[in-house]
Amino acid sequence: MTNSWTDIKNTDLVVVMGGNAAEAHPCGFKWVTEAKHHRGAKLIVVDPRFTRTASVSDYYAPIRPGTDIVFLMALIRHMIENDKVQWDYVRNYTNAAYIVRDDFGWSDGLFSGYDEEKRDYDKKSWDYVIGDDGFAVTDPTLENPRCVWQLLRAHVDAYTPELVERVCGTPADRFLKVAEMIGECSSPTKTMTSMYALGWTQHSKGAQNIRGMAMLQLILGNIGVRGGGMNALRGHSNIQGLTDIGLMSNLIPGYLNIPTEQEPDWATYMKSRAFKPLRPGQTSYWQNYPKFMVSFMKSMWGDAATVENDWAYHYLPKLDVPAYDVLRIFEMMDQGRCNIYFCQGFNGLLAFPDRGKVTRALSKLKLLVTIDPLETETSRFWENHGEHNDVDPAAIQTEVLQLPSSCFAEDEGALVNSGRWLQWHWPGAEPPGEAKLDTWIMAQVFLRVRDLYLKEGGVFPDPIVNLTWDYADANEPTPEELAKEMNGRALSDLSDPADPSKTLVKAGQQVLNFSQLRDDGSTACGCWIYSGSWNENGNNMARRDNSDPDSTGAFANWTWSWPLNRRILYNRASSDLDGNPWDDSRRLVWWDGAKWTGYDVPDIAPTAKPGEVGPFIMNQEGVSRLFSRGLMRDGPFPTHMEPFESPMANVFNPAMRGNPVARVFESDVARLGDSAEFPFVATSYRLTEHFHYWTKHNAVNAALQPEFFVEISEQLAAEKGIAKGGRVRVWSKRGEVWAKALVTKRIKPLICDGKPVHVVGIPLHWGFVGAARKGWGPNSLTPFIGDANVETPEFKAFLVNIEPAAGEAVS
Amino acid sequence: MTIAPNVDSPRTATANPPVQPAQGNLGQAAVVRSSAGGPVAENPTALTPVAKLIDVSKCIGCKACQSACVEWNDTHPGVEENVGVYENPHDLTPDMFTLMRFAEYDNPETGDFEWLIRKDGCMHCADPGCLTACPAPGAIVQYSNGIVDFIHENCIGCGYCVSGCPFDIPRISQVDHRSYKCTLCSDRVAVGQGPACAKACPTHAITFGTKDDMTALAAERVEDLKSRGYDNAGLYDPQGVGGTHVMYVLHHADKPGIYNDLPEDPQIAGVVENWKGPTKTVGLAAIGLAALGSVAMGLFSRVAVEPEDERHAEDLVDRAAAIPGGEGSGEGKDA
Repeated sequence: MTNSWTDIKNTDLVVVMGGNAAEAHPCGFKWVTEAKHHRGAKLIVVDPRFTRTASVSDYYAPIRPGTDIVFLMALIRHMIENDKVQWDYVRNYTNAAYIVRDDFGWSDGLFSGYDEEKRDYDKKSWDYVIGDDGFAVTDPTLENPRCVWQLLRAHVDAYTPELVERVCGTPADRFLKVAEMIGECSSPTKTMTSMYALGWTQHSKGAQNIRGMAMLQLILGNIGVRGGGMNALRGHSNIQGLTDIGLMSNLIPGYLNIPTEQEPDWATYMKSRAFKPLRPGQTSYWQNYPKFMVSFMKSMWGDAATVENDWAYHYLPKLDVPAYDVLRIFEMMDQGRCNIYFCQGFNGLLAFPDRGKVTRALSKLKLLVTIDPLETETSRFWENHGEHNDVDPAAIQTEVLQLPSSCFAEDEGALVNSGRWLQWHWPGAEPPGEAKLDTWIMAQVFLRVRDLYLKEGGVFPDPIVNLTWDYADANEPTPEELAKEMNGRALSDLSDPADPSKTLVKAGQQVLNFSQLRDDGSTACGCWIYSGSWNENGNNMARRDNSDPDSTGAFANWTWSWPLNRRILYNRASSDLDGNPWDDSRRLVWWDGAKWTGYDVPDIAPTAKPGEVGPFIMNQEGVSRLFSRGLMRDGPFPTHMEPFESPMANVFNPAMRGNPVARVFESDVARLGDSAEFPFVATSYRLTEHFHYWTKHNAVNAALQPEFFVEISEQLAAEKGIAKGGRVRVWSKRGEVWAKALVTKRIKPLICDGKPVHVVGIPLHWGFVGAARKGWGPNSLTPFIGDANVETPEFKAFLVNIEPAAGEAVS
Repeated sequence: MTIAPNVDSPRTATANPPVQPAQGNLGQAAVVRSSAGGPVAENPTALTPVAKLIDVSKCIGCKACQSACVEWNDTHPGVEENVGVYENPHDLTPDMFTLMRFAEYDNPETGDFEWLIRKDGCMHCADPGCLTACPAPGAIVQYSNGIVDFIHENCIGCGYCVSGCPFDIPRISQVDHRSYKCTLCSDRVAVGQGPACAKACPTHAITFGTKDDMTALAAERVEDLKSRGYDNAGLYDPQGVGGTHVMYVLHHADKPGIYNDLPEDPQIAGVVENWKGPTKTVGLAAIGLAALGSVAMGLFSRVAVEPEDERHAEDLVDRAAAIPGGEGSGEGKDA
């Protein structure tokens, strides 16, 4: 989230598209009902199904799964055509005025530089014209036909309300009503918030869906203001923490990068991370990258990381592929190239696409270790459960070690919520039986591996044997020790840059925050964005002051949020170019004549003069990007791409299947279906009664939603002779499931390209262990394809067939 | 050691009990009505009337209320099948005192589809039909704050409360042959704490407080709904049963029936009218069996069923049979 849950109360319009907040985030949704009740806010829902969120909305519009970009680009077109633009914001706080290279272009659904053989773009042309002074060339009048604004205008021109109706199946009048309501928020005194989740991310072009809405929000001037923002609702408790800490193969903590093979040494790695400002006087905060990176290396390897050995850069793995994401790992497992797998805190057999392939891959492992507080299907993948898990245990040689771990209520530490708040909590109970804290388990694994390296040596023992492990009890690092390590400390006395005779931080003391980190090896910091969470003032994450002066929704003394306890990112943009709030009733951060001040920690240097330094300090431009240069693999603007399995061809280029640069493994191509064989569009989702695959273990949740079902329209039920509550078989190119049929008016057939499109809704909470009835998850059916940028699997749009099925399951 | 009950009704759903141990204030001293001539307090403790307000326009149907109800009352609803609906369990049961009911409604006036979700459960009528119909002395009581409570040790499981209820709420347990329904968390309210469902509700669709406060809050909500085009938004506090201590804010207060057959104008007499023809015979047979069992149990129970109670019950039934055209309430069937 750019903003916070509590800030949603400040909004005038909530748009839930690409998510179902009431269903999946019922507790946070209270801030929507609060905004509606006390501010008169309106709620719009755009979704293939009339959801629980839609049930309390002011306006609902249906949409075909996987066509959000068409809807969003059409909204942008509508705003431009109808002058629903916050012009001062667009001119000054976005890159609308920047001139783009002449060789950039778009035709037939593709941007310039496409290489069909490599399934990739050469992104060279997707950039600004750089002047002789080294800065990007701009045209503040926005009239130059090569400026971003004019290019965007031309790019969205094809996305008419008629195209929305044809591709999305959304009736044009419904689309126009939504556009009209959203258009009101181009006023500086009206804001809209976007609440989205996996309904946008789980597509082969998920990141572009989000880009589309972010661009719309910039055009409306809704980023950095109270009640605005791009608000990603995180689906698991602490999934925000997971990404922050960099639990992805291509990241290290604080969104720093694992090097690639093209960056064999420190100098090369740092060269592409110089982040020189692209306009005069801009902050370009990532210029501090070396401070964060060196402090990270010192936190990892202490004295073994020196200036002479480039901070032990050679210890870091160098990626030979963009990422070892979970799809790639399972592909490698299936090819016999991955033999040992640690599965900690997730249930891959039900969570990863194409379950048939997942089962096959797990069966080829030598060793599977599961670490989980609950019995998972993954740890039982080898066990025969009749049609619910029809495997031959005798044929599976994988050794499975099941390590029971603690659950969140049994340990101490911080969970990071969607709004980036690190909220410290204390255990409510001891872990039962043999269950152990995850930290204890990981410590045991590490210490044993280190012992082996110490005793037996190895090809490259250094990163393991030199890893900093200075916890009081090596067997069990405490939450306090780990949290302090992430905050960072001085390794030697830090002098004050303003007065070198003074000592700012004494050796051994916690740094105040990341502004004190150095790139000379005198500081260590495990995760720079968390720096400030546990400093010499103590554990700021444990703060429990719920006062909120002037009811702004900031709650600045409640726990701690990254970065620097800032509650709303880009908050300098809440004021105009002169530093005066756009909306006096929603003041946030403003210029008092000498410095920035306000209710939140200003997201700009305190004395950076308004009008000189742009509000988007993380960008080299100092402004936000309507045109994202080469930062995304699939285009600097979002362009319509059909799902890989779709009932209709791409209107811009019928030969283009799915996202043209999304990775597809060869073995999965044959496992893609077409609409002749699989005429219905399926989408997957959560239900409020359950949390993923956990709560089916709980008798109460199991009673409230006991059995696997699929949702279909009355029309499809009639067409197929399916009765309400009857049993159906649903199958895709990859697998089949049996479910109860929930026939509903909440799903209605859409007319796309002149033909009816039926949607089959498939919730995801059932498996073969637990208190609820045995069932399946949608992943038995979904394709093994991920988003082109981040490899999130395409769970939200795929093709299936459905028929009535006789009798009950025999298991 | 307990201290004297000195707490009035809680004012909010999140109110907490005092830290010191306290006796509840909903004992015999607060009983203002009791079934079949059961004992009432001579000078009942004057408690401020309470109410639970269920704002249907804020309800997302998440079932947190059902979950909280099960947890607090320590009931054990079974894991049933899915029969093609969202209601689980499929009806109120002796183990499920409250139930989200989901209605799919095509609004003929706007052409829009609406998903109407209503939390069903005891309405805590000011004039409770269950209490009037109950033949067991002291099995159903009403406290001075308006809560209608079932005293299970006095219950004979006859089922009269079920037919006496215009909302079809109580359910007879097949295990202990006693009647169960929402208590409005009388055990929590008695010590100054709001009901479990209201405390658990994430969107504040369920609120709790004095009846006056809840009526005022409802007026505010109705005004908001009218500003959004729900011209017939209103409060459901049916006067046919003297008003209720569980009230709804409805977007379509002119058509309560579309919310899964919420009665238009619930009355006690209207329900008693249902007792006629074969229903009476079947009903009496069932009562006879239940009463036999209860007489045996009565030997060990504090309150026995007197022949007088039986006569009173039969009388009620006969009166009902004499009224023509009483089959089915017919209410709320216009959806």
